[in-house]
Amino acid sequence: MSQILFVMSRSPRSINAQEGFDALLMGSAFATCSVVFLGAGLFQLVNGQDAEPLGGKNFSHGFGALKDYGVTEIYCNKRELVRADLAIEDLSVSLELLDDGEINALFHNHPMILPF
Amino acid sequence: MKFAIVVYGAPYSHQASRSGYLFTRAVLDMGHEVHRVFFYHDGVYNASKLAVPPQDEADMQADWSALGATHNLDLVVCIASALRRGMLDSTEAARYDKSADSIADEFSISGLGQLIDTTLEADKVVTFGV
Repeated sequence: MSQILFVMSRSPRSINAQEGFDALLMGSAFATCSVVFLGAGLFQLVNGQDAEPLGGKNFSHGFGALKDYGVTEIYCNKRELVRADLAIEDLSVSLELLDDGEINALFHNHPMILPF
Repeated sequence: MKFAIVVYGAPYSHQASRSGYLFTRAVLDMGHEVHRVFFYHDGVYNASKLAVPPQDEADMQADWSALGATHNLDLVVCIASALRRGMLDSTEAARYDKSADSIADEFSISGLGQLIDTTLEADKVVTFGV
């Protein structure tokens, strides 16, 4: 079980999403971290995004490097993936699909949770 | 109990700022310890000494500063969030050749490592604003 669970729930163009990603990378240098993408946060992982026409930064490319930073526990909600009409192949990282009960357990089992 | 407080919301645009302040004051009044208050995202605006709210409204920077001075709190503003929002202390203002600084003296500016550090040090982390 990791020390800190990061919860990403903002859309990819939110500055909170970008600053959450920064915090996750920093956290991985000091602690064992896991991350779950919920709600609009799931779209941070969708392949083929280009934020530049909107004046944004393509920070989500960095998610592909999470495992190099030791972040190996990456999750999303299976029901939300289906509802968004996405498949696991559409995402930029390999992750574990959890059902609602397993998401609840994830929150319950982590003493420290940082939402972004 | 040792608390870490994380504030994401700006004053005057989100209740998070006031709620975070009231919660911090309450736990201190109850005899608990606050390891650090970390201001991230728009929460960095709580440190602005340039804000001049009307006299009959809460002055969040003054309230945080007074609470920090009374209880010797470690009030930390994230440097990355602060700089992109025009929040600078005198050192950063000089570094980037800006004509003014905006962060009140009771706050310090530091990196995201301070957020992770307080998360690991505290018994409970309570966030306001997400």
